[in-house]
Amino acid sequence: MRDATYDVVTIGGGPAGMAAALAARQAGADRVLIIERDRELGGILQQCIHNGFGLRKFKEELTGPGYADRYIEMVGAAGIDVWLDSTVLAAEAGGRITCVGPTTGLATVEAKAVVHSMGCRERTRGAIRIPGSRPAGVFTAGAAQRMVNMEGYLPGRDVVIIGSGDIGLIMARRMTLEGARVRAVFEIMPYSNGLTRNIVQCLEDFGIPLYLSHCVVAVHGHDRVTGVTVAEVDADLHVKPGTEFDLPCDCVLLSVGLIPENELGRAIGVSTDRITSGAVVDQFRQTSKPGFFAAGNVLHVHDLVDLVSNEAEIAGRSAALFAKGVFGEATHERAVIAGEGLRQVVPQRLSTLEKGKNAIRFFFRSKAPMGPSIIALKTEDGIVWDRKLRVVKPSEMIVADIPVNRFAKASHIEFVLTLDEHPEPLEGAVEEEDA
Amino acid sequence: MTSRVQPIQCIGCPVGCGGEVVLDGDRVVEMRGFTCEKGEAYAAEEVVAPKRMVTTTVRVHGGALHFLPVVSDGPVPKEAIFDCVRLLRGIEVTAPIETGRVIVADALGLGVDFKAARAIAVASDGLRPA
Ligand code: SF4
Repeated sequence: MRDATYDVVTIGGGPAGMAAALAARQAGADRVLIIERDRELGGILQQCIHNGFGLRKFKEELTGPGYADRYIEMVGAAGIDVWLDSTVLAAEAGGRITCVGPTTGLATVEAKAVVHSMGCRERTRGAIRIPGSRPAGVFTAGAAQRMVNMEGYLPGRDVVIIGSGDIGLIMARRMTLEGARVRAVFEIMPYSNGLTRNIVQCLEDFGIPLYLSHCVVAVHGHDRVTGVTVAEVDADLHVKPGTEFDLPCDCVLLSVGLIPENELGRAIGVSTDRITSGAVVDQFRQTSKPGFFAAGNVLHVHDLVDLVSNEAEIAGRSAALFAKGVFGEATHERAVIAGEGLRQVVPQRLSTLEKGKNAIRFFFRSKAPMGPSIIALKTEDGIVWDRKLRVVKPSEMIVADIPVNRFAKASHIEFVLTLDEHPEPLEGAVEEEDA
Repeated sequence: MTSRVQPIQCIGCPVGCGGEVVLDGDRVVEMRGFTCEKGEAYAAEEVVAPKRMVTTTVRVHGGALHFLPVVSDGPVPKEAIFDCVRLLRGIEVTAPIETGRVIVADALGLGVDFKAARAIAVASDGLRPA
């Protein structure tokens, strides 16, 4: 049995864990450890072989493994300990972590501060209650992605995709390139849940139809899936009778959402946000349990890894300062409210503001797709900050850095998202008509 | 002047600007809605000769992983994507492999190289070259 003491331990070595560990080192933590259950660092990035990562962070377009590679090198150079193949069983209040793995055996670690960076997992068939039989050939899109990109297996040749999340869209293209036929993507909502660029380059490029307001009402097949029955839904998401039709297939991929993998957080009773399913945190990403921080997809599901890294830097730095005793337990004294038009906001709390910090970054998601909109901050003094947005989609996170002086003393802090009555014309548009 | 307006959804980055390109025949006369130069360059090309980045995997011998992700070092004409993937399906490499190594140079004479997107160590050394 191995025993050790660290200033900061990140649980999970994906993009959030690596960025948090690096930031903790930079903020002066001497002993930093990453505990990762997989055979290598990088998390989900290692199976996301497509490009499009790192535009904000590195100002160039990288693949998932390429983005991971950059961080793995930085982690290696920063004097951070890494335990691979190690699964954390418990991280108790006070910072005692128990983990197990084939090389470490059973080990305990004492951490002065802990960063939860466990990421998220996919919702499965059980989570959306698809009726029908239980044949082989039904996978989550991410499981299929791992099979195709890392293990070298094609999970099927004739594919139907349920849900229009980004991984499903990416896999529609990937399976097509590998010679499978992707018949269609069905989305129960009247709008897509993926990034617009993925609709274009993964579906439209290959002529794969996207059916909005459609759901699967039955999965057929005994040993292997043989087909699905699909139907249109109304505005209340109820099946419209008579709209059912059958589609043969030998593979069904599900891309129906992601949920934070927050069991370790719940086990020690951190307060969780009913909407994000992640912890409730303050601007330092400290949870309701002293010394426990959270960042990345375990906190709230992001759509860009660059923003995960960014958020994890906040958590890692804060964890280092906590370990040093520079600041203590979160005071969580002010609530941040996601008001009209908004589904969620992170952070959900503000603790005592840090001196010398001019702005705080907030992440939002809208309730529904909207055209030109205005996001505004309301306090008891009225609207103290706002910004125009050209287009708003629930699948695309809104990020805003808000000057602290606008709400430094406010007791009521509420964000609202409303339609913009006076949108600006498209940039570059010709204002006057020439003869 | 017979001009037509073509709506283009930029895929240059995840912001996903939607814009329009005004064309006179094959000549771009006006663009609006793209918020950066990269987007304008993409849109100008998209209306005449669409291109895409290509990523896939190739088989690895003696490596800690059996598949190496590879990526084109520039965009490939859309109609050549399947041919590129087919070409790469026949490629096999031997570990160790370092990030950025050219796996196929000037694929199909398109002037595009395919490069290793990550490092892979030999099987006995763990997952990464020492
Ligand atoms: S125009 Fe520029 S900012 Fe807009 S999507 Fe394209 S690359 Fe991104």
